[in-house]
Amino acid sequence: MRRTVITLRVNGETHSLDVEPSTPLLYVLRNDLGLRGPRFGCGLGQCGTCTVLMDGRAIRSCMRPVSRAEGEITTLEGLSADGELDPVQQAWIDEQVPQCGYCQNGQILTAKALLDRNPDPSDEEIRQGMNGALCRCMTYYRIQSAVRRAAEANR
Amino acid sequence: MKRPEEFPAGMEEALVPWEGSTSRRDFVKTSGLFVLGFSSVGFSGVGGIGRNGSGDPGEANPYPDPDYLQLDSWLVVHEDGTATFYVGKTDGGQGTGTAMRQMMCDELDLAYDRATLVMGRTDMTVDQGGSGGSDAIERDALAARRVAAEARRVLLELASERFEVPADELAVSEGVISVAAEPARTATYGQLIGGRRFDVALTGRNVNETTGLAAVKPVRELKIVGQSVPRYDIPAKVDGSLEWAVDVRLPGMVHARNVRPPFAGARLVSIDESSVRDIPGFIRVFREGNYVAVVCEREEQAIQAAESLALEWEQPETAPFPSSEDLFDYMRGATPVGAGTGTSPRPRVEGDPDAALAGAASVVEAGYDIPFQGHTAIGPAHAVADPSDGQMTVYTNDMKPYSHRTGIAEFLGMPPERVRVIWMEGPQLYGRTAADDAGFEAAYLARELGRPVRMQWMRHEETAWDTKGPAFAIDLRGGLDDAGNVVALDYRARIANYAHVGYNQADTVLIAQLMGIRPERPSPGGGRGPDEMYHIPNRREETRAVRFPLAFETPLRTGNLRDPNGPQTTFAGESFIDEMAAAANADPVEFRLRLLRGTTEDDATFRRARSIAVVEAAAEAFGWEPRPSPREPGDGPILTGRGISYGYRVQTAVATVAEVEVDRESGRVWVKRMVCAHDCGLVINPDGLESTIQGNLLHGISRTLYEEVQFDGERVTSVDWRTHPTLTHRDAPEQIDVVIVNGDPNPDRPDLPHYGAGEPSHRTVPAAIANAIHDATGVRMRRIPLRPERVLAELTAAGA
Ligand code: FES
Ligand code: FES
Repeated sequence: MRRTVITLRVNGETHSLDVEPSTPLLYVLRNDLGLRGPRFGCGLGQCGTCTVLMDGRAIRSCMRPVSRAEGEITTLEGLSADGELDPVQQAWIDEQVPQCGYCQNGQILTAKALLDRNPDPSDEEIRQGMNGALCRCMTYYRIQSAVRRAAEANR
Repeated sequence: MKRPEEFPAGMEEALVPWEGSTSRRDFVKTSGLFVLGFSSVGFSGVGGIGRNGSGDPGEANPYPDPDYLQLDSWLVVHEDGTATFYVGKTDGGQGTGTAMRQMMCDELDLAYDRATLVMGRTDMTVDQGGSGGSDAIERDALAARRVAAEARRVLLELASERFEVPADELAVSEGVISVAAEPARTATYGQLIGGRRFDVALTGRNVNETTGLAAVKPVRELKIVGQSVPRYDIPAKVDGSLEWAVDVRLPGMVHARNVRPPFAGARLVSIDESSVRDIPGFIRVFREGNYVAVVCEREEQAIQAAESLALEWEQPETAPFPSSEDLFDYMRGATPVGAGTGTSPRPRVEGDPDAALAGAASVVEAGYDIPFQGHTAIGPAHAVADPSDGQMTVYTNDMKPYSHRTGIAEFLGMPPERVRVIWMEGPQLYGRTAADDAGFEAAYLARELGRPVRMQWMRHEETAWDTKGPAFAIDLRGGLDDAGNVVALDYRARIANYAHVGYNQADTVLIAQLMGIRPERPSPGGGRGPDEMYHIPNRREETRAVRFPLAFETPLRTGNLRDPNGPQTTFAGESFIDEMAAAANADPVEFRLRLLRGTTEDDATFRRARSIAVVEAAAEAFGWEPRPSPREPGDGPILTGRGISYGYRVQTAVATVAEVEVDRESGRVWVKRMVCAHDCGLVINPDGLESTIQGNLLHGISRTLYEEVQFDGERVTSVDWRTHPTLTHRDAPEQIDVVIVNGDPNPDRPDLPHYGAGEPSHRTVPAAIANAIHDATGVRMRRIPLRPERVLAELTAAGA
């Protein structure tokens, strides 16, 4: 097995890491960089709990080899700038969305990417855009309200 | 519990320890020998006060139980006048912690943001059992209120001494006591006791009865209770700062993964360790009986090792269980476990149901099938165990940390005082973490290895091997008289619930089963029919368990799943009431109200009044138009209908109306709107309650429309989100209305109780949906889940 030094840009900082290149990005973010936003849910690209933004697009870090994590990675921790919450995060608090909260990293980042792409989504577009992010506490109803609220705040 | 050494000779073979590991028998024998010491990881004293149970590094028992009969175990006032509360509950995301803090602040007369609350640490919080049964608000918060009220009383006494003024001439507001006649004379709680112990003894035969001398406040004096205080745990869940149980990282910690038998009941023959020895970071393979785990330095290495490990398994000769296709035929055909033997309750009979059925003007009969359903938590099981200094600290999201501690101590043969369990946030609990396997596994491996171990289950493992809600096959017969009154009801349930997994029992957790440990005897689930308050003069109710050839080491092991048995029994009961209403050509709401108003002769007036109130409230909020079901079907591709269902759980009454759209071409069902009328007595946090009910309803929709554990005759084939679908964003209702009802016959009473809300509404969902589909289409759905294929097949068969 080949080890190489991998360079990662995460939340505005550059890291050089000596890890096996095929390692899923998720484990590097969690175990080498100590981040808590992305979490393991399935490791199969099916649930979204491991979501991070890569150049603004929501990707599933459990499926992405660290060697192919090019570009600027943003995790949940990196979403707030200078202690100021992103409007999406604020909407999540205002709507009191999370129950256990385990899936909410994926929900918030999926919503963030959705709203960056489509600042004024219809209800149907919200359902479709969010559909791959699963929640077993079933907070979908509040999540969708929070996405609408964040869209309004952005306006 | 049967230890391996007590097994008959044949079993010994399966227990031959893997060479190089300490055998289970050895560590059971040597369990008396420990290096004493105090592990400081994760422990911090609070507010400069040595907490009960904080122990001294030199003491023999570092983690004794906090004494519930000491006020100081529950509550600390700091020098700055803030307070920390300690409660022995956990919070699965329903706002239990916030609500308990509201209640304790109210009793103490302290502003909500001047207090914090610590939950579920066996070394710091009194044993209130952790979570389960939606009892935190109903039962445990009452003890917590009394304790906080007692603290306030003692503070008033201290102020009375300081000011030399009788306590009843003092006023209290938000942590400041003043002399009523001379408001300038004040003392804060911080000045009165900050940083010091109360040293006040409480009374009570058990933790639930804990009380001081003070009484709790009457409802009208509660100010924080009743407010939608935002949940304190949400900001850290939204900005990524929360440290979850999955995040615990300790110096020297290594990563473990399990390797599960590929067939249920398989026996491990051999392991070829050379298949993984060259994986970088590989540390060890552990094997005992049929339990196998690998440990590596890094997480991805452990995953690779678990996937690459070459093992030889022997398949059992007898199929362990029927396939999920044949399940209900099997259950109806099997001889159930003996009734009235203590393992299956005797039938409950009122009146003479057989005679009443024989004499009825018409008899309605129907059978309902509910499959095994899993928890399938969004995050698979996980835990970190630290064996430093001969102790064992387990970081876990187990909802019952106290039994987790005693279970692990028993499993490892350690004195409980040397084990502590620290509850941390994790994915949904709902009963799954009442027997959190990962904590036992992490502790076992950590103990064997002498290093902190992080155990994490994979997705396929969690979906296939988590504890399951049992399958039910329920047959009902009902008799109606000429006027359409129900004169008899005969309920017979067969439940696939032979060896129910208890709360963190050292002999029923999965690792124990795989190691060959067996409980003295299995604990078949029994239980009763649907909880409702209908007045039906002649009834029989019988629930009996059936067993499969494989009772242990099975992925179909049953455990508590949110509102255990409630959704299954209520699906059958409330669907059947609807069937009888249709047979009587009656409106489903009116029909139910008639059954609820049938009598006031028994002692259940209180329950009936509250049941009637929720049924009426749900119908009114929905805009229910009285008419029999089904409606005239429409012509278009989308058929719409409405259905009602009602349930009673412990002391909470619920009625739910669902409005559905059925796509007659695809069979897809969309629950467009739900109205839930809910009476759980005094409401502590309305928004928190609404969120909890919304979660219950949507979880109910998911179980009704999608969830089923599937298996062939060898193994569970539901292993991920494709093979075990769940509700998604696409399915969320357009509108959910929660109507909070107070149907208490004396609604303004000063001691209005606060009942549980974490589960009761869940049970009403399946029948509400099935009844709405019947209203829309005229077709009865008697087997859940209602995936599009099944709905389409039923519609086609009925020509609808
Ligand atoms: S953990 Fe990555 S999609 Fe589920
Ligand atoms: S909030 Fe618990 S899984 Fe989404």
